[in-house]
Amino acid sequence: MRKSWWKILAVVLLIYTFTAGFLIKVPDIGNLKETIRNLFFHVPMWFGQIILLTTSLVYSILYLRKPDLKQDIYAASFAKTGILMGVLGLLTGAIWATYTWGEPWSNDPKQIGVAIALLIYFAYLVLRNAVPDIDKRAKVSAVYNIFAYFIYLPLIMILPRLVESLHPGGKGVEGNPGLNGADLDPAMRMVFWPAVIGWTLLGTWITTLNIRLYLIRDKNLINAK
Amino acid sequence: MTKTVFALLKKDLLLELRQQHSFYGILLYMASTIFVLKLSINNPEGEIWNGLFWIIQLFVCVNAVAKSFLQESRGRMLYFYSIADAREFIIAKLIYNIILMLVMSLLSLALFFVLLKNPLSNTLRFTGIVCLGGVSLSLVFTLLSAIAARAQQNAALMAILGFPLIIPQLLLLIRLSRSAFGEVFREGALLQLSLLIVGLDIMVVALSIILFPFLWKD
Repeated sequence: MRKSWWKILAVVLLIYTFTAGFLIKVPDIGNLKETIRNLFFHVPMWFGQIILLTTSLVYSILYLRKPDLKQDIYAASFAKTGILMGVLGLLTGAIWATYTWGEPWSNDPKQIGVAIALLIYFAYLVLRNAVPDIDKRAKVSAVYNIFAYFIYLPLIMILPRLVESLHPGGKGVEGNPGLNGADLDPAMRMVFWPAVIGWTLLGTWITTLNIRLYLIRDKNLINAK
Repeated sequence: MTKTVFALLKKDLLLELRQQHSFYGILLYMASTIFVLKLSINNPEGEIWNGLFWIIQLFVCVNAVAKSFLQESRGRMLYFYSIADAREFIIAKLIYNIILMLVMSLLSLALFFVLLKNPLSNTLRFTGIVCLGGVSLSLVFTLLSAIAARAQQNAALMAILGFPLIIPQLLLLIRLSRSAFGEVFREGALLQLSLLIVGLDIMVVALSIILFPFLWKD
């Protein structure tokens, strides 16, 4: 119970997201209509993705400081769940865009940003598979992970300021990489932030299951050290 | 420090001069690609010309920079390991690749002018942007070439790893080059874009110097 409180919290928050998210009164803005409720499912994916990828980065740095195969497994698992959330975010976004912008893909800077992120992290997985030696794989992929993250992060900060965006809070020089929290309706904010925490915790939960699986699979390798 | 860097740089340059086949190989690769472009699109408009130019730069860079680490045999790396520091080694490689890529970029620009005409309204500015672009591309691909070499893979892996990473710089460069086609920019925007590219370059150099020692140790 002491160890699994956050899993219970994740379930509770997500149940809250799914019930309150569909039941609360939402402001009626232009052509958004009821699709605005997608905010509780689409936007938290991005928060989750960035948080998970940052965690992956931290484990990669830790690995380079003190090589331990466990760190490598952690980094890879967090990156994988980050990819999963990225794909889900892209899909929920594409569905939303079909009904509000008229087409699933409109070269919006944030769409480009996430497409690049997915390419980068798919390349990370390709790199991992390309190296047969375990220690070398861990080291090389850690270096790539760090290099990629620090190039990717400026990109999502720069790109929205460079290209016109259809997303809220993103036009020209004022372009904001995220959405402007102050613009959010108070009632929606009450659901939005719990949703962010809930989805992120769920992502972490999936990751820990993955990590446990890999730790058991590579038990002999880790203990041999 | 500077002495070792200089010696390593000199060795790379001498190798390039003596084994001219690789240099001419890339040159031929570049020339034939641009010739194919000429045959397929005879007189491209400004925007297409710009896009094609940068894509060609990208491919030339992958091919030119790829061999900087892939050409070094295991035994030779071991020898460098005993005489030089990892940081000196990567700095020498970065400088060497910058020089190589600058030459390649300017040559391909000349070829573009000859074969695909010159749609630019400000040729001098575009040449400057091309130099900046050559430096940016070569910097990013140097560390990637080290990663690919470490993974004992060919240039294909380098392209897979590098293409997503180069997009920020490439987008900035393409945006910046539009100014040489007569597009008017907001005041200060040109400087801002150039500074962004330079800033990214500095970050890539710093990351290369920090991260390369980990790839070097075995």
